Amino acid sequence: MSLTNRTKVVSNKRMSFLERLYLPAIFKGMVITMKHVFMKKVTIKYPEKTREFSEIYRGRHVLKRDDEGRERCTACGLCALACPAEAITMVAAERQPGEENLYREEKYAKVYEINMLRCIYCGLCESACPKEAIFLTKNIVDSEYGRAQFIYGKDKLVEPVEKDKRIDVSKRQTPEVLAFKKLPNERHNI
Amino acid sequence: MIVFLIFKTVLIAIILGLSLLIAMYATLVERKFAGFIQDRYGPDRAGIWGILQPVCDGAKLFFKEEYMPNTADKALYILGPSLTMLVALLTSAVIPWGGNIAIGGNNFSLQVASSSIDILYIFAITSMGVYGIMIGGWASNNKFALLGAVRASSQMISYELAMGLSIASVIMMSGTLSLSEIVHQQESMWNIAYQPLAFIIFFTCALAETNRAPFDLPECEGELVGGYHTEYSSMKLGFYLFSEYINMFISSAVISTLFFGGYHMPFINDLGLSQNVVTLLGTAFLFVKIFFFILLFMWVRWTLPRFRYDQLMKLGWTMLLPLALLNLVITGIVMLLV
Amino acid sequence: MEKYIFFGLSGLAIFSAIMVLVSNKPIHNLLYLILCFMAIAGHYLLLNAQFLAVVHIIVYAGAIMVLFLFTLMMLNLNLKLELNKSLMARIVAFVSGLLLLVTLVIILNGLVIPTPKTATTQIGMTRDLGQVLFSEYMVPFEAASILFLSAMVGAVMMVNKNK
Repeated sequence: MSLTNRTKVVSNKRMSFLERLYLPAIFKGMVITMKHVFMKKVTIKYPEKTREFSEIYRGRHVLKRDDEGRERCTACGLCALACPAEAITMVAAERQPGEENLYREEKYAKVYEINMLRCIYCGLCESACPKEAIFLTKNIVDSEYGRAQFIYGKDKLVEPVEKDKRIDVSKRQTPEVLAFKKLPNERHNI
Repeated sequence: MIVFLIFKTVLIAIILGLSLLIAMYATLVERKFAGFIQDRYGPDRAGIWGILQPVCDGAKLFFKEEYMPNTADKALYILGPSLTMLVALLTSAVIPWGGNIAIGGNNFSLQVASSSIDILYIFAITSMGVYGIMIGGWASNNKFALLGAVRASSQMISYELAMGLSIASVIMMSGTLSLSEIVHQQESMWNIAYQPLAFIIFFTCALAETNRAPFDLPECEGELVGGYHTEYSSMKLGFYLFSEYINMFISSAVISTLFFGGYHMPFINDLGLSQNVVTLLGTAFLFVKIFFFILLFMWVRWTLPRFRYDQLMKLGWTMLLPLALLNLVITGIVMLLV
Repeated sequence: MEKYIFFGLSGLAIFSAIMVLVSNKPIHNLLYLILCFMAIAGHYLLLNAQFLAVVHIIVYAGAIMVLFLFTLMMLNLNLKLELNKSLMARIVAFVSGLLLLVTLVIILNGLVIPTPKTATTQIGMTRDLGQVLFSEYMVPFEAASILFLSAMVGAVMMVNKNK
């Protein structure tokens, strides 16, 4: 009983004279390699051309602000809990009076760090987030010279306040996603 | 006499320059061809089509740090690559690059040194070729290098035998050891038509003698790091790598001369061109053949996987050698009967 | 011109022959021996014996010496091994060497060394050599070639047996 129909029975039979000459097999192989010379190349010439990204590519994270420019994150820790690689850590703090224009919720993340070397870009943090605060974007994590530099803090994660510099995540917020987030038996919706 | 000397000097300079240039660009062609076979483009950043890549590689090799292991035998460590390069360049002396060319009433042959023992000379020089590799591998005082050197020597001795025997049948047919004479005799029909088996044996042995895949066990990056040139760096390494390509060029030239009519171009005499034009066209045709064989060397390299060591020895001693002997006997019988 | 080449080659041959004895690294000895062979091949060329010269290089320098080098590399000989000879062996070696020297001196004493001259005969050329070998010395030549062939077949058989 085989799982696929691709199994091949290997036999150790004696080769015929023609096979033992190897030359026909060699010519066959050479014809194959010559065919490849004229095939379409798979290389993408990088600096001139870039590889096409999927619209819902999961790259480096962004911490979204709301329409008034306030941080959405409330430091509930669900993303850190959901993270299979344990890449996210945070320190919560209480919003002081006068900071209402900075943070949307009464509790906010004073420190929010993602270790980009640990992160596996699965997007579970995104689906765990009840406040629509963390999203994965099409941007790529830059290369650095040290491991410490890959621990991204809020300075790199939170998007700019200016409206025209906001990062568009609408592609990752399709109606299906929004509907999924409202499902009653999902943990973060309870 | 003076004109003769000047002509020969210029010829030597041209051939030397050409061998180096072709070896240089063979590296690029090799990488390009390998790339195309593997559905890639190969180097294309340095200049258009990567045309400056060999120059960049050469410059890089020149400016790399000269590193010498302190346990190495200093003199022999330097002698190794020099000898390899010297031997690689020496062979081109007896290859007839073209017919006669007339300059100012004098008729000059486009062969640096014509003697009655051309083929034997080539054999003598190639049999010297193994020393460069052995000395370099031994002098590095490195186990991988030593293993590579030992493999190289046993491989080259084994395949030299079959090579010599396969050529013997060609020599028997033409009755001369002079290469230009052999080219002349192929005017009506190339030797490949009479000696296809000898050609296959010779080509296989040429692959082994130049240490090209599938017989590249002396370097064998999978198991021996770099084989005999593991400890080499900078231009000494460059010499080793470069001489491989020169060897390839020269063996392609020898193959075209022995089996494919050398500089002789079919139907060229019917066109009624002047002698010099015919000679130059013939030389160009020879180079076309040479380029084809260089490409064939590369084609084989990027198609076939490397032999295992015992398979290599078995192929040499139990397949090629008896086949070459058989070919020799058959040639003798046919010559007696016809 | 040829005189100078002769003396140059002779000097090289003698120098490398002496170095074979003097040098104490086995690999160096071997390489000097190869150099010596090369110089002798040069002498053959001067004597207009091209075939002999090239065969000398192919057979001695190209094949036999490679095998020597091969074994030397495998054995990895070094200096200490050589120095551990017993006193008796050294005395015997010294005496036999001395005897050889005496013999050579007696033989060479009174021998007039002819001035070097290049031969004008064509006997060393491949064609003439072949004609002589295949007419005058036909039987011994063929016998030798059969001997070599059987040795070669034997080598192939040994490779096959070791499967």
